[in-house]
Amino acid sequence: MILCRAVSKYYETLEGEKIHALADIDLSVADGEFVSVVGPSGCGKSTLLRLIAGILSHTSGDIFVRGSQVAGPRRDIGIVFQTATLLPWRNVLQNTLLPVDVQGLDKNTHTERAKSLLQMVGLDGFERKYPFELSGGMQQRVSITRALVHDPAVLLMDEPFGALDALTREQMNLDLQRIWATAKKTVFLITHSISEAVFLADRVVVMSARPGRVLAEFKIEFERPRSLDVMGSPEFGQLVTKIRRHLMVAGVLD
Amino acid sequence: MNDPAASGTASKPPTLTQRWWLRVRSQPEWVCTPLMFVVIFGGWEWYVNTYQVSELILPAPSKILVSLYDGLANGIYVKALMVTLQAIVLGFLFSAAMAFILGTLISQIRLLEAMIYPYVVALQTLPKIAIAPLILVWVGLGIESKIIIAALVSFFPMLVNTIAGLKSTSSDKLELMLALTASPTKTFFLVKLPEALPYIFAGLQIGIVLAVLGAIVGEFVGSKAGLGYLIIQMNYTMDVSGMFAVLVILGVMGVVLNTIITLLRQRIIFWQRTDVSAI
Repeated sequence: MILCRAVSKYYETLEGEKIHALADIDLSVADGEFVSVVGPSGCGKSTLLRLIAGILSHTSGDIFVRGSQVAGPRRDIGIVFQTATLLPWRNVLQNTLLPVDVQGLDKNTHTERAKSLLQMVGLDGFERKYPFELSGGMQQRVSITRALVHDPAVLLMDEPFGALDALTREQMNLDLQRIWATAKKTVFLITHSISEAVFLADRVVVMSARPGRVLAEFKIEFERPRSLDVMGSPEFGQLVTKIRRHLMVAGVLD
Repeated sequence: MNDPAASGTASKPPTLTQRWWLRVRSQPEWVCTPLMFVVIFGGWEWYVNTYQVSELILPAPSKILVSLYDGLANGIYVKALMVTLQAIVLGFLFSAAMAFILGTLISQIRLLEAMIYPYVVALQTLPKIAIAPLILVWVGLGIESKIIIAALVSFFPMLVNTIAGLKSTSSDKLELMLALTASPTKTFFLVKLPEALPYIFAGLQIGIVLAVLGAIVGEFVGSKAGLGYLIIQMNYTMDVSGMFAVLVILGVMGVVLNTIITLLRQRIIFWQRTDVSAI
């Protein structure tokens, strides 16, 4: 579904300094797989997500999504950013339908779809509310429905729950697992929380500090659906510790 | 022990004076704002009467009120107001439309910005009122010259605000639109324009005030009708209280025009509840 081959990214700062953001990234995500990427801040994991989304261009290497080379933004991808980035003048339903308006898709069928997505994230009855009337967690839920409304094959998530409080975050993790199971999407999740990565993913990719490289990959075999109790199990703790060690060995944990 | 005063107020409904006093204590502006009015105008009246100030220098508020009533009754104020209001509104609307169109072009097309913006800045630094006599030479004493001057004077703040607003789109939202493969047109109408509205309305609020200024100045420089013309006429005939009466009309008109824009702003930019009204 997603394939990165020897992907590197350099960019220049405003002062003209050349920065090596990503080095030789080899990565693949299978159809319907949930992959989490963890790494220290500034390791280029958000950059990697933007390369896959086609909103940044890579310097060398190849990126394929569903077998075709990524050469720019594409419509078979949905993105959830770190901040919900809702449009304050649009109500919840209109925000969910933004991709439909932008891409000129059929309004009627997608309105039905948007409503069922809002129901799925627990926001039924909130269709006519405006973003300023919602909590941070609710806003991020809306941004998830917006990412899914045009039925993309791939869902890219860039630290989507980083700005939420711990309780809301756990709830969102449970909800995301459910959404992933129902919507059957391929999910690529960037996070800096190791336990969030392990809890949600089929596979966790660990990245190094800049220039970002793939340090290790871990298969996560806990049975689905996972409850939050999994986090208390010794196997879970061992995995988290192992991943943290990897990051510490590379001298990347702050 | 029971406090007799406390139990007294609790059992009996408060008298009218008590209720009035409570109201004053909780919302002192109900008394203080009218009081301020009385102090200012009462003081003015008292000063003029006590020190026998000449009516040709500072007429008493009561005299101004009489002039205002007379002028309104015989219809000359209304007639003049209509002329000036027409010049203001037409000039303002034309100017706002031009500022929006040009501001959009300048903010969205790099080349146009490089070509036009230097002249915009140069004209901006020029006192526009100094062009007024020239405009009169070109288009004559009619209402057209006032429309043009009002438009010219109010144009730049609206232009600059449109440009600033359209350039202030948050990068998050632009990235979102990029990721959604939005065309430049869709990005403009779905994100940039609504995000620029608070700036544009701030420009309109400054613009309307300047349009009033422009129309009046235009009438000062040369005209055959309007409130500015009336002021000049009254100046010649030493009708100072009449001039004050016209100023009252101008003040009320300015407040009304500004209020219309503020209401429109609150209506249109409903998602922004922190409204700081300009001027």
